[in-house]
Amino acid sequence: MLLVVAFTIAARANHAFLDFAYLLDTTSLHAETALMALGMTLVIISGNIDLSPASNLALTACIVAKLAAGGLSAGLAILAAIVIGGLLGAVNGALVAYGRLPSFLVTLATLALYRGGAQALTGPASVKVPNALTGADQLLIGRIPFPLIVVLVVAIVIGVLLHRTIFGRWTYVVGMNERAARFSAVPVAAVKFWCFTLLGALSGLSAILLLSRLQVARYDHAHGQELDVITAVLLGGASLAGGRGTVVGTMLAVALVAVVRTGMGLAEVPTDYQLAVIGALLVGAALATGGLEKLAGWTRLAREVS
Amino acid sequence: MRLSRLTDRREVRALLLVILLLVVGAFKAPRLLEATSLSSIMLGLPILIVVAVGQMPVIVSRGVDLSVGSTLGLAGVIAGMTMRANPHAPLVLALGVALGVGLVLGTLNGLLIAYAKIPPILATLGGLSAYRGLAFIVSRGKQVDANDIPSALTDWAQKGPVGIGSVTIPWMLVIAIAVAGVVALWTHRTGIGRDVFALGSNPEAARLRGVRTRHALLATYALCGTLAGAGGLLYAARYGFVNPGSAGRGFELTVIAAVVIGGCDVRGGTGSVTGVLLGCLLLAVLDVGLAVLGVAADWQVFTYGAVILFALAFDAISRRAAGVVT
Repeated sequence: MLLVVAFTIAARANHAFLDFAYLLDTTSLHAETALMALGMTLVIISGNIDLSPASNLALTACIVAKLAAGGLSAGLAILAAIVIGGLLGAVNGALVAYGRLPSFLVTLATLALYRGGAQALTGPASVKVPNALTGADQLLIGRIPFPLIVVLVVAIVIGVLLHRTIFGRWTYVVGMNERAARFSAVPVAAVKFWCFTLLGALSGLSAILLLSRLQVARYDHAHGQELDVITAVLLGGASLAGGRGTVVGTMLAVALVAVVRTGMGLAEVPTDYQLAVIGALLVGAALATGGLEKLAGWTRLAREVS
Repeated sequence: MRLSRLTDRREVRALLLVILLLVVGAFKAPRLLEATSLSSIMLGLPILIVVAVGQMPVIVSRGVDLSVGSTLGLAGVIAGMTMRANPHAPLVLALGVALGVGLVLGTLNGLLIAYAKIPPILATLGGLSAYRGLAFIVSRGKQVDANDIPSALTDWAQKGPVGIGSVTIPWMLVIAIAVAGVVALWTHRTGIGRDVFALGSNPEAARLRGVRTRHALLATYALCGTLAGAGGLLYAARYGFVNPGSAGRGFELTVIAAVVIGGCDVRGGTGSVTGVLLGCLLLAVLDVGLAVLGVAADWQVFTYGAVILFALAFDAISRRAAGVVT
C-alpha cells in the first residue's frame, strides 16, 4: 500500500509539469500496456506469469489485418481479434492449468511461438489496415481520447470481477495457497485457465487499438512490451508469489510507467537507454517491496514486544 | 534408483531426437551431411554450449536466468572495445574482460536472488533489459567493427587442431567442450554442485540439512553470468564484429530450449551436462537443417517455440505415465 501511495505522489509530481491535454493525448500510446496489465494482474494474482501477451498482440494484429484486408467488416474484425487473442491465451491457460506445466516456461515458449507465427505469416512486410479500422485513437469523447475510455471501462469490469465476485476471490485464494484452495473445492484449474484466456482476449483488444493507431500490422509490433506490462503490474503492488495485487494499483503503476516513458521521450532519451531505466525500475520495485515488508515486519515485532 | 532411470531416459530421449533429426534431414536434404553443413553445425555449437552449460545449474536450482543474452551482448561489446583500444595487447586481456563483466553481472543477479530474495524471473528480466540498455550506453550505440577484432581471435573459428577431410574442428568447439567438462566436474563432482542439486530437489530439506543455500545460489548465478560473458568473446570470434543491439538478443530463449530439451527438469533437481550437450547439438543441427531444407529464416523463432513446447509436453506426459504426482 505504501508503495502505491509513494508512486501516486511521484506520478502527481510528474503530472504537474506536463500539459494536461498532451498527457491525455499520450495516454492513448499506453492504452495497450494498460489493457494487458489489467489482464496480467489477474494472472499474477493467481500465482502465475505470462510472458507472451506482446507476442499474442502481434500475431493477432497480423491475422486480423490480413482478414480485414481480405474484406472482413470492422465490427467482425474487432470480434475476431478478441476471439483469436482469447484462443491464444487459452492455449497458455490449458497448458498451465490442465497440463500442470510451469507458466513461465510455457509462456516463454509461446512468446517465441506467437512472435514466430506472426513473422512466418507476414514476413518482413507491413500489412495495411482498411480505413474502417483506423483512427480510433483520434476519436475524442468529450475531451477524452477513445482508447482511454476503453481502458477505463475494462478497468472497471476487471475491478468488479476481481474485487466483487466469487471468481475474483477464487483468484486470490488460488494464488495465496493452491492446496488450500483445492481442499476448499475451488475449481483451481478453471480459475487459472480463465485468467490466461482473459489476458489473451485483452491482448487481442489491444491489437485492435494498436492497428487503429499505426494503420499497419507488422510482426515486430510491441516487441518487448511484456516487460512494460509486467513492470507495471509489479510496481502496482502485485507479488509474483501470488495472492496480492489490485486493479487500482496496476492502473496507477501503468500511469507511472507511461509518465516515465513519456518524460524520457520528451527529454529525447533514446529507446534503448529507456530499456535500462525500465529494467532498473523493475528490480528497484522488487527490492523496495521486499524492504518495506521487512520494515513492516520489524515495526510489528517492535509493537508486539513493547 | 527409479529417479536415476528417469534421468537416463531423458538423455536418451534427447539422443534419439538428434539421431532422428539427422536421419530425416539426411534423407530430405543430403546436403546436410556435406562438409559445409557440418562445418556450420560445428560453428553454431560453441557459443550455445558455453552459455547453456552455465544455465543448466541455474535451472537445476529451480531458477532461471533470462539475462544471459544481454550479458553476452554487454560482455562482447566491452571486450570488443578493449581490443579496439589496445590492438596489440594479448588475447588474455579481452578474455579477462569478457569473463570479468560476466562474473560481475552474474554475481549481481545472484545477490538479488539469493540475498534480496527477488524471484529469479523478475531479477533476471530486469537484467535482460538493463544490461542490454547498458550495452548501448557503454558503446554509444556503435558496433565494434571487424577490423578492430584481432585475427588471433577470429582464428578460433577458422582454424582447429584436427581436420577430417575438408572438415576442421574449430578451436572454439574444443574450448566449448573443455568448458562443458569443467562444468560437469563442478556440478557432478564437487560439494557445491551437489548442494545445487539438493537445493533444486527440495529447498527446505536442503536448508535443514545444513546446505548453505544462499552461497550455492550465488555461485550458480555467478557461474552462469561468467559463462555468458565467455559467450560474448566467442561471439566476437565467430562473427568478427559485435553489435550492441543484436549480439545475443533473444539468445536466452535458444539457451533455455537447449537445456530443457537436454532433459533438465524445469521443476529443479534434475539435469546433466551430457543432456545439455545433446540439446545443443539438436538445436544446432535443426538450425542448419532448416537452412539446408530452404525453410525461410522467418520460421526460426517459431520452430524454437514449438520445440520447447514439445519438450515440455513430452515431460508432462512421461511424468504422468511414470505416475509421479506433482
